[in-house]
Amino acid sequence: MAFKEILAQLNFRAYCRKYNMSLWQCPQFLFLLMGTVIMISAVVTYFLGTRYVADPQVVSLIVLALTAILLIITFSVTNTLEGLAEANRLKTEFVNVVSHQLRAPISNLKWALEFILSGRCGDVNSQFNEYVQIIKDNTDRMRELVESLLMVSRIEQGRLPTHKIEFSLEEVVKKAMANFESKAKSAKVKVGLEILPEPLPLVLADPSQITVVVNNLLDNAIRYAKEGGNVKVIVKPKDQRYLLFSVEDDGVGIPQGDQQHIFQKFFRSGNALRQQTFGSGLGLYVAKSIIGNSKGKIGFVSEENKGSTFWFTIPIKV
Amino acid sequence: MKKILIIEDEAALQKTIGDVLKQEKYRIVSAMDGEAGVKAAQAEKPDLILLDLVLPKMHGFEVLKTLKADEATKDIAIIVLTNLESMGDIEKALEMGATTYLVKASYTLEEVVQKIKKTLGE
Repeated sequence: MAFKEILAQLNFRAYCRKYNMSLWQCPQFLFLLMGTVIMISAVVTYFLGTRYVADPQVVSLIVLALTAILLIITFSVTNTLEGLAEANRLKTEFVNVVSHQLRAPISNLKWALEFILSGRCGDVNSQFNEYVQIIKDNTDRMRELVESLLMVSRIEQGRLPTHKIEFSLEEVVKKAMANFESKAKSAKVKVGLEILPEPLPLVLADPSQITVVVNNLLDNAIRYAKEGGNVKVIVKPKDQRYLLFSVEDDGVGIPQGDQQHIFQKFFRSGNALRQQTFGSGLGLYVAKSIIGNSKGKIGFVSEENKGSTFWFTIPIKV
Repeated sequence: MKKILIIEDEAALQKTIGDVLKQEKYRIVSAMDGEAGVKAAQAEKPDLILLDLVLPKMHGFEVLKTLKADEATKDIAIIVLTNLESMGDIEKALEMGATTYLVKASYTLEEVVQKIKKTLGE
């Protein structure tokens, strides 16, 4: 840890203000106070013990008093930590409830807009259609965000489904690529697929969750590829036990300093933000949690301004 | 003309699906809660039922159980159309006799229409 960071952590007032807590509720401060009291206690006990050797009651009483102070501080720390855990639980619950409640109206809105755009309402002028398309695109963005938030709340509550079935990863990938066709076209990005060998063995996982991972990785690759650039998707066996999915782009890449944070919740790399202001920073966090839950591995290699390759492995059905 | 019963408490969704299916030349019957849905199914004997799960008065699973236990309605194809998406709910519905299980957020309106047509063998 850099010296600057250690100094920043010692600035308790700023640290506690960041979390909106008073000093007496701030674990960082309380731990330091507790450590100081323990050290003073040891010195005082030693000093009194050597000085009042003939009067052990005095030493015992002072030790008792110091122990009581320690107990009070420990109780305060425990209470604060309990409060933090409860606040975290309530936040997850809140996100879960709000996302669930948003899901129904968003579905209604999405289908109603699809109804209009499908031409089933009869002839409407093109300007009207353009505006409906804008509403539809933004509804899709809201839907994607709500789905990501729901997934995050499931991850945080440890409620990711553990139910696994056998399915074809190549079918999931082909379907996802078909869904991203228009997005790639409008971003002027060419997306290629290589499946070696075809057909691949079936994998064992939750297909709906793996679809989320494939969608998130493909979405990122297209989003951050250069205009007129290329995205290459490969699905092949890694060894006899795992299939390997990888998606390579020739886009903005991830700066070295940001790479360690890339799977963190809400993290967005500086150059990604410059390229695309949209995005919640949840996709890779969700992907990592799902792949971990599926007994696979996920990783990436990236170089700034040259591109990134994200990959994951998933167990083959034995 | 084939008849479809929509058991759905969201009026907006009732209207959208109802309108699109009317354009596809189906006759539409609607119910806004589980109890009304069971009564409508018994009275109308539709060819297919679109069933939401989170419903007032009677939960969708209860509706499914009641209809599959009734000799007069047990052979009607039932498509569960809901926002619940846990694997447990999906398995439960299919085990109880639902023909298909669709999560609303994952399908477009056209895809739902295609699933309905396929279920009706069209």
